[in-house]
Amino acid sequence: MSGSIQAPAIDVRGITRVYKARPKDVIALAGIDLEVAPGEFFGLLGPNGAGKTTLIKILTTLLLPSAGTARIFGFDVARETKQIRRIMNMVAGGEQSGYGILEAREQLWMFSQFYGLGVREGWRRVDELIDAVGLGEQRNQRVSTLSTGQRQKMNFARGLLNDPWVFFLDEPTLGLDVSAARAVRELMVGWRAAVPGRTVLLTTHYMAEADELCERIAIVDRGRILAIGSPAELKRRVQRESIFRLELDRLTGGPASLARLPGVLSAVAATPVRADANSAARPTVAINLVLHQDSALAGVVAALDGLDAHIVALAKSEPSLEDVFVELVGRGFDDEGDPEQPPRRAVEPHEAGQPEPEEANR
Amino acid sequence: MTAPGAGQPRPALAAPVLPAFVGRPTAGPREAASWTPRQVIANNLRSVVGRAYPRIRGLTREPSWVLFEMLLPFLTTSSFVFVYRALDAPQAYIGFVVLGGAMTAFWLNVVWMMAAQLYWEKDQGNLELYFAAPMNVMSVLFGMAVGGLVMSSTRAAVVLLVATVVYGVTFSVSQWGLLIAVFILTLAALYGFGMMLASLFLMWGREAWHMTQLMIEPVYFVSGLNFPVGRLGLLGAVAIALIPLAVGLDAMRQLAFASTGVTGTPEPWIETLILVAMTVIFVGLARILLHSMEERARREGRLTVRWR
Repeated sequence: MSGSIQAPAIDVRGITRVYKARPKDVIALAGIDLEVAPGEFFGLLGPNGAGKTTLIKILTTLLLPSAGTARIFGFDVARETKQIRRIMNMVAGGEQSGYGILEAREQLWMFSQFYGLGVREGWRRVDELIDAVGLGEQRNQRVSTLSTGQRQKMNFARGLLNDPWVFFLDEPTLGLDVSAARAVRELMVGWRAAVPGRTVLLTTHYMAEADELCERIAIVDRGRILAIGSPAELKRRVQRESIFRLELDRLTGGPASLARLPGVLSAVAATPVRADANSAARPTVAINLVLHQDSALAGVVAALDGLDAHIVALAKSEPSLEDVFVELVGRGFDDEGDPEQPPRRAVEPHEAGQPEPEEANR
Repeated sequence: MTAPGAGQPRPALAAPVLPAFVGRPTAGPREAASWTPRQVIANNLRSVVGRAYPRIRGLTREPSWVLFEMLLPFLTTSSFVFVYRALDAPQAYIGFVVLGGAMTAFWLNVVWMMAAQLYWEKDQGNLELYFAAPMNVMSVLFGMAVGGLVMSSTRAAVVLLVATVVYGVTFSVSQWGLLIAVFILTLAALYGFGMMLASLFLMWGREAWHMTQLMIEPVYFVSGLNFPVGRLGLLGAVAIALIPLAVGLDAMRQLAFASTGVTGTPEPWIETLILVAMTVIFVGLARILLHSMEERARREGRLTVRWR
């Protein structure tokens, strides 16, 4: 075995993966470089077909790369599979693993035996985890009768049976309703926080989920990493102007009266936050204000007195990760796009595979 | 695209540090990855028990198997009994059919719940979890075999007992020890054969399934499930050399109905040696095939069925 105790949790160098297919081969990964530090909550964000699952399959030792190397805590995914399998686990969205004839508790115990737990230790651990994921009432229910959300909680418990040091989560909230998805996200956060050094690699095509959970995100498309950084860093890349949402009690002259002010690039009416139908609150005027830079806001605020307007609310708008994706790829997340077209912005070596936020922020 | 509930106005995600999440403390990932040989063996043995568990548990969960696994095979056996009675065949032939009917359970179990099982496990998503777990996947095959043996033994015992009582079969056992040894070896060779087929399913999936389906009736025939295999002459001899069901069944018939003097096949002790050789070869081949098939499947992406 190679590597040291300070080895990255995940270290990927020049990974490519080509699937033989007709009429032509499919390039699922086209040279991925990636480094995830121990303890990091890292996200792979990309649309269907981006190569996220292929990368997870390689990292979980289920698939060999066509070229390149990948290591988990210093263990090579191609050769040191046993070591890796002892310290990692994985859960995928929509997972239907196990046997419907078993009760939830029995199914988890069965898997505990595969991960090296003793017979009694397995039952104890299963009971602990069942309570932890909130399946206490379903512990003796057959797996085939669990709801999608309950099943995913059970899958999550399965993934924690062996106390993995690296937890691979492949679209874990796929198909879940709002409360079940939130419960699963809370479990992810709670589990990782419990022991320093636990690492999570999450793939998702839900932007808000990545934004909410991940310390760093790699945006992936067509087998390439287009950018890596914290959500805030990635968003800053596309924020060239200052955007504010201004809500006033009234505005004589409308948004056009603000658009004429120095430093204001545009002022457009926005939909006000709807007041409750039974609320006595007065209607407001909402405006999206695009400024050349933040300092122009002072002039706008000063001008409001003269326009007989008073501020009800003021908030700075940040671009979303979707804006970042559109900027990088040249199409929306749900757009199929032309697979023959290269990304709008080519991958540059300094953008992909660099773990340091400073570098990723260049 | 918005995740369900994510990005909407909400309180920050709570991160409760539950005792269950603290788990079994290890100094670090590298220590956790270093297992002693004893841990490795224990993991593999427990995996056998773990994989056998759903099969054994299933016996009590779905009683419908009593109909499909016992009553229907008993009817099939009975039909041959009545054919032999109508032809005034020797009484020993009734015993042959009953024994053959009992052994059918094991063969069907090997084909459907051993050989084809990895194909179904792949479809269900279990296969990749097996391979991603730290145990040797041979443990899973052994577990499937143990679970299958329990199921099939129950069925075989019931068919044997009921048919013996109902049709008045008389056994004349000459060597009890050898008979028991042959029975155990037959099962070992049969399930070793099933493990080997299961490995092939990793690569050929549906094609292997069709191939196995095609094998069922021919194997019934050349194994002489309902008649002495010696009557097949050269074909029977080939079957004895290659098919564990044929050689095991013939040896058991010779030992359980010693007074009938049915000949034309090797002596039971020779067939016992053939069974030993078959067990070693099939289990060994299963191990080699499973390992090489896993490597090939990892290379060709056959453990997984999709890419994103």
